[in-house]
Amino acid sequence: MSMKHVIMAGLVTLTASAVALAGPAGGTVSGKVTYEGTPAKMKSIDMSKEPSCAKMYTTPPLVETVVTGSGNSLQDVVVYISAGIPDDAAPSNAAVFTQKGCRYIPHVLAFQVNQEIKIVNEDQTSHNIHPLPKLNREWNKSQPPGTPPISEKYDKAEFIPVKCNVHPWMHGNFAVMKNSHYTITGDGGAFSLANLPPGKYTVTAWQESYGDQSQEVTISGSETKTVNFVFKAKPY
Amino acid sequence: MGKFFAITILVIAILSAIPIVMHTWEAPADISTHGHLIDEQMSETMAEAGISFLAAQLLLAFFIWQFSNRGTETKLKSFPGGAKALVIAALLVVGVEVLALGVFGVKAWADVYLTPPSASAMPIQVQAGQFAFYFRYPGPDGKFGPIHPERINEGSQEFFGLDKEHDVESRDDIVTAEMAVPVNKEIHLLMHAKDVGHSFFVRELRVQQDFVPGLDVSLHFTATKTGRYEIVCTQLCGLGHYNMKAYLEVLSNDDFNEWLKKQAANQ
Repeated sequence: MSMKHVIMAGLVTLTASAVALAGPAGGTVSGKVTYEGTPAKMKSIDMSKEPSCAKMYTTPPLVETVVTGSGNSLQDVVVYISAGIPDDAAPSNAAVFTQKGCRYIPHVLAFQVNQEIKIVNEDQTSHNIHPLPKLNREWNKSQPPGTPPISEKYDKAEFIPVKCNVHPWMHGNFAVMKNSHYTITGDGGAFSLANLPPGKYTVTAWQESYGDQSQEVTISGSETKTVNFVFKAKPY
Repeated sequence: MGKFFAITILVIAILSAIPIVMHTWEAPADISTHGHLIDEQMSETMAEAGISFLAAQLLLAFFIWQFSNRGTETKLKSFPGGAKALVIAALLVVGVEVLALGVFGVKAWADVYLTPPSASAMPIQVQAGQFAFYFRYPGPDGKFGPIHPERINEGSQEFFGLDKEHDVESRDDIVTAEMAVPVNKEIHLLMHAKDVGHSFFVRELRVQQDFVPGLDVSLHFTATKTGRYEIVCTQLCGLGHYNMKAYLEVLSNDDFNEWLKKQAANQ
């Protein structure tokens, strides 16, 4: 082996390790979810049939099917990578869905396929949680006050409406995701999906009343690409 | 032994009659215009059945006292005329009693169900569904908009499946979770079940009505005293039946109008 070969080998090794040590930084897709038009009025919920919950509110809470925020933003929108990335194994921590004040907190719970979800009852009344999937197995479970959390999981990706069989006004959603690149918008409608390796992706935004929208985006390195979603609000 | 048994029967009969006669467990005060007929019917039934019961137990105790521990020489008397006469007598006595109760009770039933509501009665629609009651007021146009069952969405409070976009009469309809009525005003209830059998019961109003899925039931009443009363479901309808209730508010005219205005603003 000549000196030139040794130097070449050394340079190749150094470059390779430099690239490897740079880590999975990847690119980011970020943006905002907003609406145009007039959304339907969110009615207030009358819980008089369940006094133990009704008394927890000074003003009755509002329906959460369309939650708007500052600057015409939409909250509770699930933004995720729907294509272009392989599935991820489920994380070991559980996603928690709480029944409190006869409402579901959070209104939309996003978690991964086969990830454990823990359903907690913090109220003084019994609930009977009934998710309504189309692809996954349907079940409903009674949960008296003071009983331990219910542990469940779903093995197929799906958006699942959730209701309570005892309290008709209770409504929430499960978003079962295939990979770990998902987020839910808050006030302001902003989202950011990071750690994306180079590639072509489909970003999808899902809102329970307005459906979903998708856009394609290509990441080549560690740049941030902006993708915005605008939903047409329906007054009725 | 026999004599002791006879005394026991007498004691039990008298002890059980005492709380009824003393009105120990009174029904709550009647707040309706037709309720007194039902209460009278109830009293008559209790009186007739009670007297028959005491008389029967007394007779039974007497015969046990008289004929228990008898020797073989004492012959038992039989009912004059034999078994057939006994059966006919029993049929007549009980039959007449039951018929009388029915005939005299007809007015109580007819007053609520068979007489039509007056033209000025206020219509309120009641929908019973697992596991809550929801109510609908027709609004200023006096008309109830059509119900579209496929549009029912409880998560967004659309309990009746109204289509306010396309059905003009639905736009002013007022849907509530509590039923309020003005005092001394005749109310016409239009009732239906959304899913399975339920029943609407307000004790103080002396109104109880089963909801059979597929049937539209109609009844009318007038509430005579303001207050807050419980409407409970009295037909087993599933796992939440124990929790199924709503509240009836009987309000003064002014309070009712204010309540209705507040509810309309929340539609």
